[in-house]
Amino acid sequence: MTTQAVSGPAIRVQGLEKSYKQLHVLRGVDFEVTRGSIFALLGSNGAGKTTVVRILSTLLKSDAGTASVHGFDVATQAPQVRQSISLTGQFAAVDEILTGRENLVLVARLRHLKEPRAIADDLLDRFSLTDAAARKVSTYSGGMRRRLDIAMSLIGNPPVIFLDEPTTGLDPQARVEVWQAVKKLAGQGTTVLLTTQYLDEAEQLADRIAILNEGRIIVNGTLAELKQLLPPAKVEYIEKQPTLEDVFFAIVGDNGNDGTGNEDAGNDDPGNDRSVGATSRDQ
Amino acid sequence: MTKHFFGDSTVLLGRSLRHIMRSPDTIITTTIMPIAFMLLFVYVFGGAIHTGTGSYVNYLLPGILLITIASGISYTAFRLFLDMKSGIFERFQSMPIARSAVLWAHVLTSLAANLISLVVVVLVALLMGFRSGAGVLAWLAIAGILILFTLTLTWIAVIPGLSAKSVDGASAFSYPLIFLPFISSAFVPTQTMPGPVRAFADNQPVTSIVNTVRDLFTQQPVGTDIWVALAWCLGILIVAYAFAMAAYRRKIA
Repeated sequence: MTTQAVSGPAIRVQGLEKSYKQLHVLRGVDFEVTRGSIFALLGSNGAGKTTVVRILSTLLKSDAGTASVHGFDVATQAPQVRQSISLTGQFAAVDEILTGRENLVLVARLRHLKEPRAIADDLLDRFSLTDAAARKVSTYSGGMRRRLDIAMSLIGNPPVIFLDEPTTGLDPQARVEVWQAVKKLAGQGTTVLLTTQYLDEAEQLADRIAILNEGRIIVNGTLAELKQLLPPAKVEYIEKQPTLEDVFFAIVGDNGNDGTGNEDAGNDDPGNDRSVGATSRDQ
Repeated sequence: MTKHFFGDSTVLLGRSLRHIMRSPDTIITTTIMPIAFMLLFVYVFGGAIHTGTGSYVNYLLPGILLITIASGISYTAFRLFLDMKSGIFERFQSMPIARSAVLWAHVLTSLAANLISLVVVVLVALLMGFRSGAGVLAWLAIAGILILFTLTLTWIAVIPGLSAKSVDGASAFSYPLIFLPFISSAFVPTQTMPGPVRAFADNQPVTSIVNTVRDLFTQQPVGTDIWVALAWCLGILIVAYAFAMAAYRRKIA
């Protein structure tokens, strides 16, 4: 499928910038993704995750910076990049009027593969869609649609796969199904770039996590490394214990300014405790 | 990648044709308005309209065929808009295919769907008493002009199909195109119209196309009308294609 094997990272992004008129979506994004790993790009809505994916999948041109996928430059070697990737967009991009099997056969034909029907049958089986294969996709549930969507992305075994918010809008069971599919993929040596706004999704799937905020990567590391950035829960609790001064003001009931300051400090504590608690529960 | 252009276009054309086969209602809704106009004008107004020729349905059909095409291309924009919105357009564009094949498949589908609609309308006209002594060459010439007109309107339809924000926006552009034939020689001879209206009617694209098709149907010499018609179609086609490509480049790098 791929025109040549390339050494180095599967994805390399350097100084990527993109603006829409006045809005600077990306302000210099840098990261690398190792071959065969799952890399999660974490960020809130509007952080620029989809913009990064669109640039990497040759749908959008960057204003500045360089990006390469599978060793090919996205700007100058777009056809080779498209040969090496598969994009699963934010919304399941499937043909509603065709059946599940027809969707898979369509993509196999467009990838110029031999025996598209055999490929379709194999994927239907792997994604537990064989029973629904002859049904129109418009009758599928959200989870089935996403599974079909991901199955379509695997046709031709592209070495790099982009999953843009693959579980947004899915129910918990469907999310787990998608997670299993992604894990299986990475197990076979495919590089996966995943964007998500769910912390637990990144935690579940990713080998490395980068946090994209206001157009820049502010943190990039493994889950263990990210956790080291936070002080241990106990220390934080002790550090933030109210001082005698705080107690005094709380009892006396001071004027507005000092009062709000103290209340804010007090609110931080339970907030931090909650997030630490949630993290440990997931593990 | 261009080596795959024909193969990819064929695969994608097969996909869109399946859409049409599975929703034949698009053909019905495309043809229902021109057929209604034809019934209305032949059986209600027709008796009072004097065209100076024999049967009014014979006079009317060329204009009705153009209305059929104008009504059909709103589905071209609609289908393209749905592909844009569902994300499948981007999926195709991120695949190792000849990228232009995606647009061309839509254009060819538009052509196929409109040809089916035109055949339906001609069959209804035959039932209503339409007759033509035109030979094979004249019919081929008519088909050629209608195909060119369809291509022209299709490339116009691609522009809102690519850039519209809503379904309504994607298909609303076709309304003025549907009503353009009313201010032309399609329904009544332009000679009866007041000066400025007649000036517009005589010099807008529809009149020359209608006159050409009508002359071919009635085995009259087409004169210069055919060249004016072809010039209009090609001219608008080129401009629409340029705008469609600009809209495409705004969407996809």
